[in-house]
Amino acid sequence: MAAVIPPPGEHLHDRKNLQLIGKARRRVDGRAKVTGQTKFADDLQFPRMAHCKLLRSRVPHAIIKNIDATRAAARPGVLLVLTGRDFPIPYGILPVSHDEFPLCNDRVRFVGDPVAAVIATDPLIAFEALDDIDVEYEPLRTFSDPEDSIQHSEPRIHEYADKGNLHKLVSLQFGDVAGGFADADHVFDDVFFYQGNTHLPIETHATVGTKDPDGKLTVYSSTQCPHYLHKATAKALDMDPAHIRIIACSNGGGFGGKSDVFNHEIVVARAALMLDRPVKICLTREEVFYCHRGRHPVTMRFKTGVKNDGTITALHVQSLLDGGAYGSYGVASTFYTGALQTVTYHIPKYRFDGCRAFTNKPPCGPKRGHGTPQSRFGQEIQLDKIAVKLGIDPAELRLRIIEQPNTLTANFLTVRTIGLRECVERVVRMSDWKNKYKKMPHGRGVGIACSSYLCGAGLSINWNEMPQSGVQLNLDRSGRVTAFCGATEIGQGSDDVLVACVAEILGIDPHDVRPVTGDTDLGPVDLGSYSSRVTLMMGNAAIQAAERARDLLAIAVAKKLEIPKERLVFANRKVFDCENPLKALSFRDAVCAAETMHGTIGTVGSYSPPKSPAKFKGGGVGPSPTYSYSAAVVEVEIDPRTGWLRVPRVWMAHDIGRALNPTLAIGQVQGSIYMGLGEALMEEQEFRRLPERLSNALVHKFPSMLEYKSPTTLETPEMYIELVEDPDPTGPFGAKEVGQGPLLPIMPAVANAVFDAIGVRIDEVPITPEKILKALDAKAKGKDPRFGPASFPSVPYPEPIIVTPPWEGGDGRAANEPEKKHRTEQNQGARNAAWHDAQKLMNEKSNPEGASR
Amino acid sequence: MPESNSLTKQHLHISMRLNGEPREVSFASYKTLLEVLREDCDLPGTKHGCELGECGACAVLLDGEPVLSCLIIGAECDGREVVTVEGLAKDGKLHPLQETFADCGAAQCGYCTPGFLVTAKALLDRCPNPSREQIKESLSGNLCRCTGYQQIFEAVEASIARIAACRVSGNSEVV
Ligand code: FES
Ligand code: FES
Repeated sequence: MAAVIPPPGEHLHDRKNLQLIGKARRRVDGRAKVTGQTKFADDLQFPRMAHCKLLRSRVPHAIIKNIDATRAAARPGVLLVLTGRDFPIPYGILPVSHDEFPLCNDRVRFVGDPVAAVIATDPLIAFEALDDIDVEYEPLRTFSDPEDSIQHSEPRIHEYADKGNLHKLVSLQFGDVAGGFADADHVFDDVFFYQGNTHLPIETHATVGTKDPDGKLTVYSSTQCPHYLHKATAKALDMDPAHIRIIACSNGGGFGGKSDVFNHEIVVARAALMLDRPVKICLTREEVFYCHRGRHPVTMRFKTGVKNDGTITALHVQSLLDGGAYGSYGVASTFYTGALQTVTYHIPKYRFDGCRAFTNKPPCGPKRGHGTPQSRFGQEIQLDKIAVKLGIDPAELRLRIIEQPNTLTANFLTVRTIGLRECVERVVRMSDWKNKYKKMPHGRGVGIACSSYLCGAGLSINWNEMPQSGVQLNLDRSGRVTAFCGATEIGQGSDDVLVACVAEILGIDPHDVRPVTGDTDLGPVDLGSYSSRVTLMMGNAAIQAAERARDLLAIAVAKKLEIPKERLVFANRKVFDCENPLKALSFRDAVCAAETMHGTIGTVGSYSPPKSPAKFKGGGVGPSPTYSYSAAVVEVEIDPRTGWLRVPRVWMAHDIGRALNPTLAIGQVQGSIYMGLGEALMEEQEFRRLPERLSNALVHKFPSMLEYKSPTTLETPEMYIELVEDPDPTGPFGAKEVGQGPLLPIMPAVANAVFDAIGVRIDEVPITPEKILKALDAKAKGKDPRFGPASFPSVPYPEPIIVTPPWEGGDGRAANEPEKKHRTEQNQGARNAAWHDAQKLMNEKSNPEGASR
Repeated sequence: MPESNSLTKQHLHISMRLNGEPREVSFASYKTLLEVLREDCDLPGTKHGCELGECGACAVLLDGEPVLSCLIIGAECDGREVVTVEGLAKDGKLHPLQETFADCGAAQCGYCTPGFLVTAKALLDRCPNPSREQIKESLSGNLCRCTGYQQIFEAVEASIARIAACRVSGNSEVV
C-alpha cells in the first residue's frame, strides 16, 4: 500500500495503485443527463421573461443606408427594438481582430449578419415584428471564394486585413529548405482541398440575459468559453467586468461551435439591462448555420523531399483558407494549418506559408482539431503516395520517421512523450493490416494515417502571465467538498475530471464532491473548453488544490492520532495509519479536526503551462504542454459501378497518457471517429449564388439538418479502440487529451483506403460517390487516376521569417525580425529559463535506434 | 400570415395522460406538442434541435409510439397518452435504460439523450430482445453528435438483460 502523501519527488503520473483514476465509472453528471434534468440554456425560465429575435441580412455584402424600425416598435407586445446604433463598440475573440459588432453598424458582410433585434413579450410576436423593419442597403461586390479575394482587393471586406481582402499572410522558414530538397532522392509535390463543414451540435445556441436584483448583469449561455464572453461583454457594453456574471450552461455539444462570442449573447445582455427583465434568445437551426465558425475550407500544397528509405529531408506547406466574413479565431486557424506537421514525424527543414482570405460567407473558426485536420489530411495522403512510390509499406514508413520523444522540433515545439510508435503497431496488429493491405479483393481496401494534437494551447489568447486554469476547494465539517472552477461542461466530461482528480487525492467518493463550474462569479478563471486544454490544465490545478487540502487535513489528523503525517493514507473515505489501518478517522472527522485546528478550510490550485522556447512572431501558435498521438486504420468497401462507399470497420489506437475514466475516453475516441467519417464522406458547408433576378446573393446550399448530411446509426462502423497509456509527466496523473486528436487521422485514412481498394486518389473531402466515379473514369481513360484540385493558386505570401532550427544552433529567435520592444527583464529571464529547459530536454533525449536520423 | 395577436390569444384546452398522470393544459393554439410540453407543462426534458423533424431530439411516446413532438400539434393530443423522459423513472428508480445509458457513456452532452431513451424504450416494449441491426434501424431517426452511437447501442443491449431481470423479479412497474 502506498502512502497517499507521496514522498517529495514521487510523481503522480507514475502512481500505480490509484483508487478512482483509470477505472471505468459512471460520470458524475450521468444521472442528470439520463433523467432530462441537465439544464441547458433554453431550459431556463424566469418570471417576466421577454424573448428576442434577430433580423439577419438577406444580402451578402452591402452598406446599410438606413434602418426604419418604427412600425416594428409600434406593434403590441414589442418591448424594444435595437440596431447597430445601440452598439458602437466592436469586439472579437482575438485581440488582433475586434471586427464584429453585436448588430451590424454600417455594413453587412454575409447573408445572416444580424442588423436588428426585436424583444417582445412572446417569441412569435418578436418574430413577426422582424417583417416590419425596413432596411435600405447599398449592395457591394461579393467575394465568393479566396481566389476571388486574391484577385480583387476592392471593396475591402475589412480595412484591417493584411492586404486587400487577404486577412492574414504569414511565412515562416526553419532551416535551409531549398538545401533539404536538393539532398532528397525524390521530391513530391501535391495539392489538396479540404471542404468546409460545420459543428452541428444538436443543441442550438441559446442565451438568457438578466438584470439582477442588485442591478448587475447575469448572462446564461450555451458557451464553451464563459471567460471570453465575460471579457467581450464588458468591452462591447462598456461595463465594469466585476459587475458581469457569465454562467455557461451545460452545452448540448460544442465541438468548437460555441467557443466564439456571438452577437446574440451581447444583444440579450444589453436588452435585459435596458428593460430590467430577463430576455431570452434561442437560435433556430438555420441561424446556427449562419453563426458557423466551423472548419475552414483549405486549399493546400505539400512539397516533401525524401530519401529512398523514406527519411524526410524537407517539407514546404502552403495553405489558403477561406475565412468567411469575420476574423473569429482565424489568425490562429491560419497558423494551425502549419504548426503541427513537425510533432509527428522528424522534419529537419520546414517552411510554412499561410493565407486567410475574407469572403462574404459565414465566418469560419475552430472546429474539433482547429486548423490541423486540413493539413493533416494532405500530409497523411502524401505519405501514402510516398510509401507507394518508394515501395515501403505505409505503416512501416511511418514507423521509420516518427519524431523522437523529448525533442525540440524545427519550429521550436517541445515534444515530450510520444506513444505514436505503439499506436501504429497496435492498429497494424488489431486490423490484421499485413494480411489486408494490398491483399483485399478489388473494391475493398484499408488505409492508415496518424496524427497528433495539442493538450491545451500553450499561449493564451490574451497574453498575460496569469494562470490559465484555477480551482478552488471548500470543505466543511459535514465532509462535503465543493470544487469551484471556471471550466465548462460541454459533454466531454470536464466536471467528471474535476471531481475525479479531487476525490482521488482526498481518498473520497466522487459523489462526495460537488462541482461548481462555468460560473465567472463563483469559480476562478479557466479559459474555456477549447484546444483540448481542460483535462490537463484544470486537472493539474485541481490536484494542486486537493493536495493542499489534504495537507491541512493531514497535519490535524496526525496530531490527533499521534503519528507522523507521512504515515497517513487517504482512501475509502478514511484517513488512516498505513502501519495500522485501524488507527483511523473518517474523512468527515478529519475535516472536523482540520477545521478545529486551522479554521475554515479552503484551498486553491492553479496551472500555467511551461513557457515556449519559440520567440519568433507566430511561434505562439502550436506550443502545448504535451501532445497526444493517434493512429487509425480504416477499411472501405466501394461499389465501382456506383462509387458508393461504405466504411465497415475502423481501428484506432490513441496515446492518451493515462485514461482518467476509460468510459469517457473511449466515448471521445468513438465520437471523433464518427465526426471524422462525417467529414470524410458527406459533410460540407456549400454555398450557391441566387440568380441575378433574386439578388445574386451568396447563400447556403444547405442551411438545414436534413440537407446537411451527417452520419446516422446506420452508417456507424464497427470501431475497435485501444488506449495507449504511457503516463506523461506534464498531465494530471499522466493524462493527455482525447477529445480532438482521434478525429484527425480518419479523413486521410479513408482516402488512403480508397486508393488501396480501387487505385484512385481522392485528394479532397468529402469523398463522395461522384468524385470516386470521376476518378475511376479518369483512370479508365488513361489519365491521372485522381480527383482533386489541379493546381495551387498564386498567393502573394510575404518574405519568410527565418528561424534556425535547434539542431543548427538556433535559439528560437528569428534572424530577420526586429527584436520586440518592452520586454521586461523578468520576461526575458523566464524565456531564457524556458530555453534552457528545452535544451536540457534535447540533451537528455535518448536515441537508441536512431532509426530516422 | 394571420395576425399574431389572434393566434397567440386563441387558447386551447386539452386533457391527456402525461407521464402516467391525468393532466389538463391550455395553450396557444398554434403550439406543437414540443412547445406545450416545454413551455406549458413545465417539462423541459424533451429537447429540440431543428423543430423540423430532422434530428429526433424531441421524440416522445404518444400512445406508446415514438413521435417527433415538434411535428405534432398540441391540439392533436387531447385524450391521448404522452410519455416524456421525465416519465421514465418510477418510484424513485431509474428505468433500466436510464441506468445503462449513464453507465455505458451513452450520454455525453445529454442533449439527444431524452429522444434516444424514449425511442429505445418503444423498441424494447415492442421487441424485448432486438439485434444490433434492429437497434440501429429503430434509432436511425435520432441524431447524436457526441457519441458516435456505439455506446448508445451498448447501453440498449445492456438494458435488455436488466429489463428481463426486472420482469422475472416481478418488478414490472419499472419497465
Ligand atoms: S426538434 Fe423535432 S426532430 Fe428536431
Ligand atoms: S450525447 Fe451529445 S448529442 Fe448525443
